[in-house]
Amino acid sequence: MHKSLKKIDEIRHCRKQDSLKETIIVGMNSCGIAAGAREVYNILEEEIKKGGLDIVLKKSGCLGACYAEPLVEVLAEGMPGIVYCNIDKSNASKIISRHFRSGEILQNNVYSFSEGLSPKKNRRKFIFIKDTDCSSSDKEDEYTELFLQEIIKTESSSMVHAAKTEVISLYNKGIAVKIWPDNIVYAGIKKTDIPRILKKTVEGTQIDSLIHKAGTEKYPQIVMRNCGRVNPEDIEDYIGRGGYTALEKVAGGMTGEEIIKELKVSGIRGRGGGGYPTWQKWQFARDAQGKTKYIICNADEGDPGAYMDRSVLEGDPHSILEGMILAGAATGATKGFVYIRAEYPLAIKRVYRAIEQAEKYGILGKKIFGTHLNFDVEVRLGAGAFVCGEETALIASIEGERGTPRPRPPYPSVKGLWNNPTVINNVETLANIPEIIARGGKWFSSFGTKNSKGTKVFALTGKVRNSGLVEVPMGITLKEIVFNLGGGLGSGKKIKAVQTGGPSGGVIPVKHLDTPVDYDSLHKLGSIMGSGGMIVMDEDDCMVDVSKFYLRFCVDESCGKCVPCRIGGFQLLDILSRITHGKGNDDDIEKIKRISHTLIKASLCGLGQTAPNPVISTLNYFKEEYIEHINKKKCRSGVCHELLDYSIDQNPCRKCDLCARTCPVGAISGNRDEGYKIDPVKCIKCGECFEVCKFGAVIKK
Amino acid sequence: MVKTGELKKIVSKWKDKEGNLIMVFHEIQNRYGYVPRDVSMKLSEMLDVPLARIYEVLTFYNYFDLKPPGKHTISICMGTACYLKGANELLKKFRDLLNVSEGETTQDGLFKLNVVRCLGCCGLAPVVTIDEDVYGKVQKEDIPDILAKYAVKEKNA
Amino acid sequence: MKNKKIKAKIAGIEVNVKEGTTILEAAKTVHIGIPTLCKHADLPPTAGCGICVVKIKGSPKMLRACCTPLENGMDIITQDPELVEVRRTILELILSNHPNDCLKCGRNNNCELQTLAGDFGIREDSFEKLLRNLPEDKSTKTIELIPQKCILCGRCTNVCQQIQDVWALSFLERGFYTRISATGDIELAESPCIKCGQCSAHCPTGAIFEYDETQKVWDALMDPDRFCVVQIAPAVRVGIGEEFGYPPGTNLTHKLYAMLKRIGFRGVFDTSFAADVTIMEEATEFKRKFEKDKKNLPLITSCCPAWVDFMEKYYPDMIEHFSSCKSPHQILGVLSKTYYAEKNGIDPSKIFMVSIMPCTSKKYEITRSSEMSSSGYPDIDVVLTTRELGRMIKQADIRFKHLPGEDPDNILGEYTGAGVIFGTTGGVMEAALRTAYKMITGEKLKDLEIKKVRGLKGIKEATLDIKGTKVKAAIAHGMGNVGTVLEKIREAKKAKKETPYHFIEVMACPGGCVGGGGQPYGVNNELRQKRAAGLYSDDRGHKVRCSHDNPYVKELYKKFLGKPLSEKAEKLLHNKYKKRPVYKR
Repeated sequence: MHKSLKKIDEIRHCRKQDSLKETIIVGMNSCGIAAGAREVYNILEEEIKKGGLDIVLKKSGCLGACYAEPLVEVLAEGMPGIVYCNIDKSNASKIISRHFRSGEILQNNVYSFSEGLSPKKNRRKFIFIKDTDCSSSDKEDEYTELFLQEIIKTESSSMVHAAKTEVISLYNKGIAVKIWPDNIVYAGIKKTDIPRILKKTVEGTQIDSLIHKAGTEKYPQIVMRNCGRVNPEDIEDYIGRGGYTALEKVAGGMTGEEIIKELKVSGIRGRGGGGYPTWQKWQFARDAQGKTKYIICNADEGDPGAYMDRSVLEGDPHSILEGMILAGAATGATKGFVYIRAEYPLAIKRVYRAIEQAEKYGILGKKIFGTHLNFDVEVRLGAGAFVCGEETALIASIEGERGTPRPRPPYPSVKGLWNNPTVINNVETLANIPEIIARGGKWFSSFGTKNSKGTKVFALTGKVRNSGLVEVPMGITLKEIVFNLGGGLGSGKKIKAVQTGGPSGGVIPVKHLDTPVDYDSLHKLGSIMGSGGMIVMDEDDCMVDVSKFYLRFCVDESCGKCVPCRIGGFQLLDILSRITHGKGNDDDIEKIKRISHTLIKASLCGLGQTAPNPVISTLNYFKEEYIEHINKKKCRSGVCHELLDYSIDQNPCRKCDLCARTCPVGAISGNRDEGYKIDPVKCIKCGECFEVCKFGAVIKK
Repeated sequence: MVKTGELKKIVSKWKDKEGNLIMVFHEIQNRYGYVPRDVSMKLSEMLDVPLARIYEVLTFYNYFDLKPPGKHTISICMGTACYLKGANELLKKFRDLLNVSEGETTQDGLFKLNVVRCLGCCGLAPVVTIDEDVYGKVQKEDIPDILAKYAVKEKNA
Repeated sequence: MKNKKIKAKIAGIEVNVKEGTTILEAAKTVHIGIPTLCKHADLPPTAGCGICVVKIKGSPKMLRACCTPLENGMDIITQDPELVEVRRTILELILSNHPNDCLKCGRNNNCELQTLAGDFGIREDSFEKLLRNLPEDKSTKTIELIPQKCILCGRCTNVCQQIQDVWALSFLERGFYTRISATGDIELAESPCIKCGQCSAHCPTGAIFEYDETQKVWDALMDPDRFCVVQIAPAVRVGIGEEFGYPPGTNLTHKLYAMLKRIGFRGVFDTSFAADVTIMEEATEFKRKFEKDKKNLPLITSCCPAWVDFMEKYYPDMIEHFSSCKSPHQILGVLSKTYYAEKNGIDPSKIFMVSIMPCTSKKYEITRSSEMSSSGYPDIDVVLTTRELGRMIKQADIRFKHLPGEDPDNILGEYTGAGVIFGTTGGVMEAALRTAYKMITGEKLKDLEIKKVRGLKGIKEATLDIKGTKVKAAIAHGMGNVGTVLEKIREAKKAKKETPYHFIEVMACPGGCVGGGGQPYGVNNELRQKRAAGLYSDDRGHKVRCSHDNPYVKELYKKFLGKPLSEKAEKLLHNKYKKRPVYKR
């Protein structure tokens, strides 16, 4: 056995021992750090030191639930594994004092729970409570309280404990409880059930009639398998969790053909937007003539509202490196580039570090694992140009030029970087590869639908309650994602639409929420999978404004090389701006269609070809909103300022004069006796009066 | 002022690598906060790259500045989540308070106002960063206090 | 692999082309037209405009014909209502971003965008006008940059960067705000621009345009105190006809003399005569070095001012190898204000010398150093390009067709076959070798036509046996090719080896002056060849084909200059070079 392989064996052995120790893991991706995770980490470090405790304290990447950051995972003897949310300097030390010392759970901070270190040695049982209906107001607080009272009443607090949890992996099943460590799930329980649930739990038996069987399994985590679990700055942690196993297979004799065959069997398609079968890209590059070939990891993630790539780079950089080395082994490439957005400093730092460590452990460089495989990876930084996510523009950028797309064909896999065959895969795609090779293509293809295999990570944001990253198997419905994982809308308003695919995608109206999320179904609805942005919109979001937002993004990011995108996009934006400013014309919709058609058909690259998608899809599903803006000069969502009318409701008005004094154009007249009025002709709709009125007497609609 | 020695160090690190231009700009900007013209002229000579190429690349990428930045850089995230949660209103407020447009630096050189693409903290939307500090779930009422912190720091310094 | 043939259909017609041929090129082979705007025959496709979109039968997608290679079995649709609609929309989008002040534009009637707009019958502004205020750049006084008219096709940057290797022009910013500008937002005059004008010759619109000086000439012609004289460069005679419907390469020398006289010039000369003088000087320089100072070879020709500018900026180490000889039109200019003035008793201060040149850089050359006024008067007062002359003729509305040919004023007008081939790449070398051979050996070169120096290959090499010594000549045209030749010299010098070449001819523009930046629009290699052929046939038609045999040149030396490289010749006909900064700011 080669010495580097031997070392890996030793690491795995050693880590296995470590994994039995009590551990605290602090999620320290940029978003976690932004929310204060570093402070939390420091407090915990201090507490552990002070108490002389034998607890492993680790940093990790993102745990997904961005809305509840900072997140801290705690593994203590005889306790369930708990992921705490919203931990800050006020409660961080309680993790030590309460959780470890007293075996109690921080009641209000449980995000999710797991089996934990050694459930059999449990000190007592735990009942986790969650209200899985998001239409009703949450009742978990109430139920938790009832359970706690019942525990006190029955004097069973030494036997059992109760706490609410954010995540229970059930949806629309009323109040659900899960019992640890018995792994019993009751759904749709009523208040009257509480005493007997408690009784049976203490007894160690169950109530068969209440048991919920189906649908409690967790979604497979492939891309995010290590995020939040490994220390991204420690290669041994990755190895300890089975990292580089796929590469060992190659060292053991797996050929390039075989790697590609596994990919073919797996059915994986590119996660960056186009959805091109990954094995085909690799095959083309393998078959292409040429001594020098390249692998590029496209980490120029730039869709507004998508950040799964950053999360993987920050949380599990070695999985990307392993994916790239495997691509090298499959295609004959010996050099890789990771092209990362400069706006992701932490990701850059962690990738650099990962490369450094991989080189040290003989995983990058010459004769990897003693084989004939050579592979080096270099980091190249983007510089604020979204278009560089497009393959040929990315290549131009790495070559040190303006990031303008080049005509295809020739395709990069035949003639790419410096005219050599080049495979370009995005971060999420590459993160899947090691698992596919390690566990087999067939395993991977068991997730998803016929034409969309595996899982997809979505950045669920917008008006959804729980925004964050979710990894789900392809084919689950939008509804499941929004309501089950996202917890429905946090705004209390009605959902209007879900936008997928970012600026290249489309808006899917609420009537299509039962659509399964896969490449083909989304395409049919005029949207795309894209890189995985998923933005939930409610009644307060104006569809014309939303399409203007996305279009402005594309116009700002157009490289300017070709006419349809450069001028067409700008014209389109100009028309939309006019419409939202109340200056729309009757023929605007026709013009929008005409320009959009030209953009789609005649733009050189995907940026231009897809830029009209948000416009087309909103026009398709929400045409009446456009017509209202144009004909009635009205914005039903109240977003387009200039289409609002301000007036004063005399009832709540206390005649304080503040609005009249504030109005910058003197449009409000009146006096303290007779009240005030807004002159609609003079009014510039700045909204100042609305802002200053303390009594809600200024109405805008 | 730009030191030739420093420049030489950066250049020698990258000179033999293909497609080095953007990486060199990154190092320059990290060092000086922007890419000064005299540096570009020297780079042109040292890397044997025409000045025209340097500028066509520099001006293509938003990340590079040709003018010295403000002392503090305010970045307002315009990702979708932030936009839907009112980032535009925040921008307006900053513009009014600082009397500058996006991309500009205040007259006292204290703040540069930037609009940036998704920072990837959508959970904290709307997000504003000032230098390394991240402000999440910002309300426009918070802005004067936030700015004051930096102005006070400046006064005390 | 390379010779693999592609069989496909374009507009229903079967085509057989080499692998790698684009749809656009393939369509041409079967005479199928596909409208284009940004594509230029000289340049690789930039894929900028999108006008050339086509479809494959059965697919809704559109492809750009300019940059998509034809593949086996493709069935290409070049025209259908959808394609026309998309092309029209693109065109209207461009027009919404263009000043459309055609009537006042230099390219009126000669603009590729205007032609397309006419073809597509665009009658209204469908879209909002989106114009940006971008400053014009007239700093060089040779070519003007009017960025507002630029459609960002990328031809000029491509020519300037890739073909000419000058890098004076580039795009700045991006997206809708992309604009054309001199190096990093300075003015062209401060940039490495060598004023070759290839950008202006390739620009499809009026965004880059020669600095128009026709009015100055009209004013001088109107001024009774001025004695206006004119000279025409070799390449002009075979280019000007294109402006008036003559087939490319038609030689209009004598009609042009007549035309200029009609317009009001009192002396009509021919730069080809001065080319003969140049050869006398240059060949003598070569002889001197060849016989006494071989280590100072190669000798490099200096009649192209764009090349001189380039050398002074990028290859100042080559100054010692440069022929100190002024360019032919400067020589003619100085002779007109000395020799001609003396002979005809004209006050040289009254003489107003106009050069008609295929070149924009000549506009710059006339003031490039004090030696350009070595007689005490500027050698040349105004330079007009072929295109400007075309406009003057149109303004005067004199028709070539019915104009009988006339002769020039002989003492500065009679030229040899050697003088006239100066207008094409390889011509200066050929003329010089004819005379140098005679000067060194005393014998006449047997075969005057040195075929190896002719043609459009970027770098040409030829060896001539002179008295048992093999003289190695190199010819480069298109500035991008020059570096290759000069690097060889630099290397040999560094290694202290024998020089790989003894004599080098350089012309900045591809094809030499026939393809000059001031020649009529629409240049491509076919045109360059035809224009050159016009000059070679002029050479063949001359009885006297060697400069040293020109009787008027002999008389000039006998009566005025003495002999080549005499003190007087050195003072009037030669100049010095100096290192100049590449960037002035």
